[in-house]
Amino acid sequence: MRNAAAAVIGCIAIAAAAAASAEPPAGAASCSGCHPTSPRVTSPVPRLAGLDRAAIVRAMQDFRSGQRAGTVMDRIAKGFTDEEITAIATWFAAQK
Amino acid sequence: MNASRRDFLKAGLAASAALVPLPAFAQGAGPRVVVVGGGFAGATCARALHHADPRIAVTLVEANPTFTACPFSNAVIAGLRELPAQQFTYERVAADGITITRGTATAVDPQARAVTLADGARLTYDRLVLAPGIDIRWGALPGYDQSAAAQMPHAWQAGEQTLLLRRQLEAMDDGGLVVISAPANPFRCPPGPYERASLIAHYLKTKKPKSKLLVLDAKDAFSKQRLFQAAWAELYPGLLEWVPLSKGGNVTSVDAATRTFVTDFARHTAAVANVIPPQKAGRIADAAGVADRTGWCPIDPVTFESKLQPRIHVIGDAAIAGAMPKSAFAANSQAKTCAAAVAQLLAGATPAAPKLINTCYSLVAPDYGISVAGVYQPTNGQLADVPGAAGVSPSEAPRATRAAEAVLAEAWFRTLTAEVFA
Repeated sequence: MRNAAAAVIGCIAIAAAAAASAEPPAGAASCSGCHPTSPRVTSPVPRLAGLDRAAIVRAMQDFRSGQRAGTVMDRIAKGFTDEEITAIATWFAAQK
Repeated sequence: MNASRRDFLKAGLAASAALVPLPAFAQGAGPRVVVVGGGFAGATCARALHHADPRIAVTLVEANPTFTACPFSNAVIAGLRELPAQQFTYERVAADGITITRGTATAVDPQARAVTLADGARLTYDRLVLAPGIDIRWGALPGYDQSAAAQMPHAWQAGEQTLLLRRQLEAMDDGGLVVISAPANPFRCPPGPYERASLIAHYLKTKKPKSKLLVLDAKDAFSKQRLFQAAWAELYPGLLEWVPLSKGGNVTSVDAATRTFVTDFARHTAAVANVIPPQKAGRIADAAGVADRTGWCPIDPVTFESKLQPRIHVIGDAAIAGAMPKSAFAANSQAKTCAAAVAQLLAGATPAAPKLINTCYSLVAPDYGISVAGVYQPTNGQLADVPGAAGVSPSEAPRATRAAEAVLAEAWFRTLTAEVFA
């Protein structure tokens, strides 16, 4: 009985964790204003969904430090901490 | 039961407590969210709400079957683009599973949680999102009323007004005087008047080079000012003159019959007159009691819930969003943030502090773009700039950089409108 209850509660906990991870981390929802979500949109700005996590982190850090020239990303990257960048990169890497 | 097991159970109970369903969920029907206004803010929010939780029944109330976008409408005025490139339907929004209700919201009863439409229909909601954009503050500039706008178009809500201003420019003789008046802050699209001046100057330079353009401004400073002024000196010397507040630029009245602008010091009679008038939140904001004395809507910076009425959220140009400008990109960013917060509130959860972004391009000429970008977060109850993140294009840059930004500006429009309407 207790095991069954634990299993039910466990499922709820897992569902809650899944729901939480479906929420984009702070800042991530804004990216799709310029980075197309749909592969059908033609743009010189790359899609982020499914990109390598480490590559996104490195790009953001290089934009932020000025090592990589950007149009607007050099300015935008300065608004994010390492933790935020990692969370955003992890979220986009997991998208299809 | 060992300690880790107990902690796990506690965590599970805490998680399930956070997901306590609303009565609407318990009855099997999803909670109802009504979104009023199908622009960049409202259409984005409706789709993001559905995406966040498909159990939410989302209704989008919009008066027009077609949306006409303001970004790039200055290029239509200058003859560089046609109006259909600005127009989008709600077919794909509806295909997502969102109920589109054609109509105009005329009243909101926050106690009964109901929106009334002009045809008498009544829509009840668990949460309401108002995205009404702007209304012109008719009469705030003496002489400027709805009939005056037929002579001196504002073209600040894209559509017929955009085409009217374009036709007037096309009909004007070479050598005519074009006058634009720009309002005091805040207003929709802070760099918009100056992009418009730039593109009209481009039109005059290429088609009617003996003409002059005068910008009468109620301000002494404006968005991307150094970049605009440097470009004007380079591209349109002697053609475009900007008159700031301190040099007598403030327009105190207009006379539509003679297309005359009156300032404290002078009268300017134009061949083509574009009045960018004072504005306020779209009128449903006032009817719902979410607009304050400024005419705009104070909001919570985490959830975009009105500070004046519970369970009503305000996004886009109508909101007082602190450091965020009234731009299409900001509206889109706010809409996604608001949708996530509303979905969480409906599920009994507490939304985390968001970060929002704005990116906005202006064309100074067809192949000359400049940009501003910013990152924002809630600070002391307001949306404030994240220090060090805001900024405009470099003041010294080769023309190739400006040309690249013009290309990016078009890509920005395609991507943003595809996300909202495609």
